[in-house]
Amino acid sequence: MAEKSERLLNLYIMLLAQTRFVSKQDIRRAHYGEYGDNARGDEAFEKAFERDKEDLRELGVVIEVGSLDHYFDDEQGYRISPDTSSLPEIRFEADEAAVLGIAARAWEQHTLARATTEAMRKLAAQGVEVDTSRLDLVPPSLRAEEPAFDACWEATQKRRVISFDYRRPGHEATRRRLQPWGVVRSSGRWYVVGHDMDRQAERVFRLSRVQGKVTALGKSAAYDVPVGTDVKAIAQRLVHSTPDIDATVLLRQRTGVALRRTATSIEEEVAGPDTLTAWDRLSLTGQFRDVVDAVLSLGSNAVVEGPEELHSDVLARLDEVAR
Amino acid sequence: MTTSRPVVHAAREQVGRLLALVPYLHQRGEVRLSEAAQALGVDAVQLDKDLRVLFMCGLPGGFPDDLINVDLDALEGEGIIRVDNADYLARPVRFGPSEAAALVVALRAIEQSASAETREVVERTLAKLEAAGAASAAQQIHVAAEENPGEALLPVLQGALERARQLEISYYVPSRDEQSTRVVEPRAITRVGDATYLDAWCHTAQGDRAFRLDRIVTAAELPEAVSERAAEPRDLSGGWFRGEGETVSVTLRLWPEAQWVPEYYPVIDTTTGPEGTLDVVLEVASEAWLQQLLFRVAPHARVVAPQEFAESFAANVRATLRLYDPHG
Repeated sequence: MAEKSERLLNLYIMLLAQTRFVSKQDIRRAHYGEYGDNARGDEAFEKAFERDKEDLRELGVVIEVGSLDHYFDDEQGYRISPDTSSLPEIRFEADEAAVLGIAARAWEQHTLARATTEAMRKLAAQGVEVDTSRLDLVPPSLRAEEPAFDACWEATQKRRVISFDYRRPGHEATRRRLQPWGVVRSSGRWYVVGHDMDRQAERVFRLSRVQGKVTALGKSAAYDVPVGTDVKAIAQRLVHSTPDIDATVLLRQRTGVALRRTATSIEEEVAGPDTLTAWDRLSLTGQFRDVVDAVLSLGSNAVVEGPEELHSDVLARLDEVAR
Repeated sequence: MTTSRPVVHAAREQVGRLLALVPYLHQRGEVRLSEAAQALGVDAVQLDKDLRVLFMCGLPGGFPDDLINVDLDALEGEGIIRVDNADYLARPVRFGPSEAAALVVALRAIEQSASAETREVVERTLAKLEAAGAASAAQQIHVAAEENPGEALLPVLQGALERARQLEISYYVPSRDEQSTRVVEPRAITRVGDATYLDAWCHTAQGDRAFRLDRIVTAAELPEAVSERAAEPRDLSGGWFRGEGETVSVTLRLWPEAQWVPEYYPVIDTTTGPEGTLDVVLEVASEAWLQQLLFRVAPHARVVAPQEFAESFAANVRATLRLYDPHG
């Protein structure tokens, strides 16, 4: 690690200290001497240099690319301008520093928790003292349990095409190729929004339905996100495209408090499937899956009356267990 | 199921630390290793290693004068960091795209559940970060406000805490499927594990109780002030349930449709079972909770052990099926 760290930092310093663009040749001579002067060495150097530039960009560095020579503009050079790459001076009031201290503890997802730590470190480097003593405010809990999250987020950052197996309930898994534009969390679930390369259309995928590994394909900066793309609006438009169902459920009295809270109406003291307790009839509206799960969770305290598809789905799942 | 191993970018992270350390030192002259480690949130041993990379770096040219100077005697002797010949690294680097996004999204999430006064502070903070270039990366990530009834009550709870007033809450206990109304003296709002709780002294129970925010159905501030019973916040760093109640280890076999379970509930052990299944071991404190989970993921989970739980679940399923066919 030390060698790679040295190379990265030396590369940064070399480009930062220049007023003119530095040629790839000079960069290679100074920092990539271990790669031989042959076709294999050339390829290995190109790869390492690309990765190093990407690492610097991820750290916040802006690498400028420009022409080396006024007469021959075919050779590209690189430099880093201290003005565009440095963090502008920010000063925070005491109450703002306290809010930052809470934000520092909000992420419970590895990659983004780490990114927050690094951002805080830059502020500390500038002399900002983040105050972690304010305890009356609860840090929000930002989580991403879905294993696919990291790969999707990284690909979004790098604008790299990803490919994954996606399974919608009741369907076989299919292979998808996507240019990811962004990630969105809604109702406790993460989605990736982007351009589906096979369907040639905007699509939203629920990360919990991604099966196995997400693979990044090809190069970084492989596509442009259309100007004015609002990932939040796309997710809202596409996520709730399955219509809600209207359901009626019989519930034992004094049970299913949570389900009762979602009911549109409740009819009390109705005839139920047994006489052990009194029963109520709930009318509710919701997503098919959510209603099935909610009714099943109540075990022998809830019975679906209709619609038929809901009735048969609940029965099928119970029958499967009893078999 | 494969668990996601976070990708390690050790060298990039090390350079990131160094590019923050040098400006930090530049502001202060010489600093104790331990003090710098604390300010930058880095382990002191790691920081020592980082410094040994720093002094191998500098301007191209290859002359000793080109290199950054780290006073190793002071570091090894007195534990003091002294760095010079690195003036060009005096300013920290701009926020990286992930850093900006993570910070902005976290602040927006605080904004969603904060009281009006705090919201104003968050807006000011966000405006400053956005002026420093943090806005654009945050367009690639959005976290919608959770439609969570408990979170919606946060401003009410927060207000009562700030004014030291009692609260009347109605509280829902899912494992018993009951709702009750209680008067409580709020002490703090605390997060333990993955849930947020109102820590309070409960008049109904005549004792300290923790109420999960997402199970508080309604809350209203009362005119009565809290007593000294709510004065001292408790130390809850070890969790709520230390020493309370007994738990049973339960082994579940999960088919792919139910393999989200270990992502949401703490499991002690995970092994691969036959035909793409996953065997997980959970510490279960309430059988009612377990039965509910099994129903919710039916038929994609089975109890492997203990046998009693498998039998009671099967009996519950048969009882439920009879409701659908009372004459069968």
